[in-house]
Amino acid sequence: MITETKILKLNEKIVLQSGAELENVQIAYETYGKLNKNKDNAILLLHALTGDAHAAGYHKGDKKPGWWDDMVGKGKAFDTDKYFIICSNMLGGCSGTTGPNSINPKTGVEYGLSFPIFTIEDVVKVQKKLIDYFGIKKLCTAGGSMGGMQALEWAISYPEMVNRAIVIASTSRLSAQSIAFNAVGRNAILSDANFNNGNYYHAQKPEKGLAIARMIGHITYLCEEAMHEKFARRFQDNDSPHFTFDIDFEVESYLAHQGQAFVDRFDANSYLYITKAVDYFDLAKKFGSLENAFKNVLAKFLVISFTSDWLFPSEQSKELCRALMKNKKDVSYCEIQSPCGHDAFLLEFETQTKIIKSFLNDCGGNNG
Amino acid sequence: MDKHYTESKGLHLNYSIITDMIEKDAQVLDLGCGDGTLLKMLKNKGICARGIDISQSNIVKCLEKGLSVFQGDIDEGLMGYSDKSYDYVILNQTLQLTEKPDYVINEMLRTGKKIFVSFPNFGYWRIRFYLFFKGKMPKSNILPFEWYDTPNIHLLTIRDFLEFAKKNNIKIEKKICTRKAKIRNKFFQKYLSDNFFAEEVIFLCSRE
Repeated sequence: MITETKILKLNEKIVLQSGAELENVQIAYETYGKLNKNKDNAILLLHALTGDAHAAGYHKGDKKPGWWDDMVGKGKAFDTDKYFIICSNMLGGCSGTTGPNSINPKTGVEYGLSFPIFTIEDVVKVQKKLIDYFGIKKLCTAGGSMGGMQALEWAISYPEMVNRAIVIASTSRLSAQSIAFNAVGRNAILSDANFNNGNYYHAQKPEKGLAIARMIGHITYLCEEAMHEKFARRFQDNDSPHFTFDIDFEVESYLAHQGQAFVDRFDANSYLYITKAVDYFDLAKKFGSLENAFKNVLAKFLVISFTSDWLFPSEQSKELCRALMKNKKDVSYCEIQSPCGHDAFLLEFETQTKIIKSFLNDCGGNNG
Repeated sequence: MDKHYTESKGLHLNYSIITDMIEKDAQVLDLGCGDGTLLKMLKNKGICARGIDISQSNIVKCLEKGLSVFQGDIDEGLMGYSDKSYDYVILNQTLQLTEKPDYVINEMLRTGKKIFVSFPNFGYWRIRFYLFFKGKMPKSNILPFEWYDTPNIHLLTIRDFLEFAKKNNIKIEKKICTRKAKIRNKFFQKYLSDNFFAEEVIFLCSRE
């Protein structure tokens, strides 16, 4: 499947939760499958922290497919024969949708740190514009990790639109431990000598800081078992130490590689803003209690967690389910046995496919 | 005893009895809901039912039926379910599989206004005779396992349950014996109890 990212330019200005306003917002998105006549077979996929609109298929000339290609396509969990699948880059991202690296129309230069602080609610608000553009009134929202937060936010913000929400390896609020990891990542960026208060777009970029932030991220996406499986204590070359501070262990080499690959594709300012939005997300605080947050939702929920995920632990998913059940909402919960840590939502596609397919089974999406 | 009862058919008999006894619009929680057959029957009657099961393959089967299910271990209790939040909590054919049957029943009574508990009666005459004459752990249609691979770790008789209920202030609202042997002999009818003749039982209980 060859896919391409398209751009939707919004004419109206967006007012954010903080009161700040954004003009000339554009949304990068991809779609797969066909929207049916009734426009009721849409599934909106919501990407995680550093994802983009390119969820599935191959861009012309690319060797790697989209980030959820195992799950999206003909006969897959999100079946393009049945559903119209949409995925957009989030507000504040750096892959086509307006973010800190976009040009501020008022100044003619990149926003940098003058980009307003936004929340998950704002992110969803912008996605809603894209959905309105397609004329879609009913949809299913689905996402893992931060994408799961958006799936929840959608069901809460637009209850009459969302008939199904699939929330994978996610939470209604991060733990202090998870916020701490994000804080260290931001500190690494902010203290990079090249950061220059966010104005680095025409100079050396804060690559070291961003790479370190990514390394920390990757540690949290794995777990002890997964790391042992992948690297154990193996040395990078030979089977002996170098007796230097260069890369010795395979795990060091992995982190260095992940860090380097990341700086080539991601903007440090976006990393700051997005992690902040994730840290701020707290449904219980916003609505008084988690139970209250779900009072008006109409969607049927599917919540999935993974046994070895310590970043978004199963207990937080169960908490979500309990709050929904207390409201007598339709919710199903599945805890998948996996040694892959938080990354499991991108890797354990066979089990997820079975579960998601059966969940979508009776919702009748088709092209008829 | 009608020989033709297969295990699944026997289970379905329980399902219909329980479904018939629950009124429309009731809120029901089914513990150990399996593949969701009972949940589906309840849902078809307009009952708002959800289930809990430990097995992922069962969860998938329930999802396929469009049911609301929660993957979890009922031995961990019903934490997060508020007091009396369900009209009925059901434990069908599962009591003998739990690690802490007393805890599970108390949790059911906390969260449910009424509870259904069904189990194979180990006091059934065939089981008694099996042990008596063969000297081996009894096996039957509804207890088909070997002693070493059985998931049934807390087998009990009807009398055991009645004693347990008395001790724990549990009110027995109804006792339904299913798969009961047909007895013509009046002497037996008079002097031998359900505990002897019923292969399986369903109790409807509440907290006194």
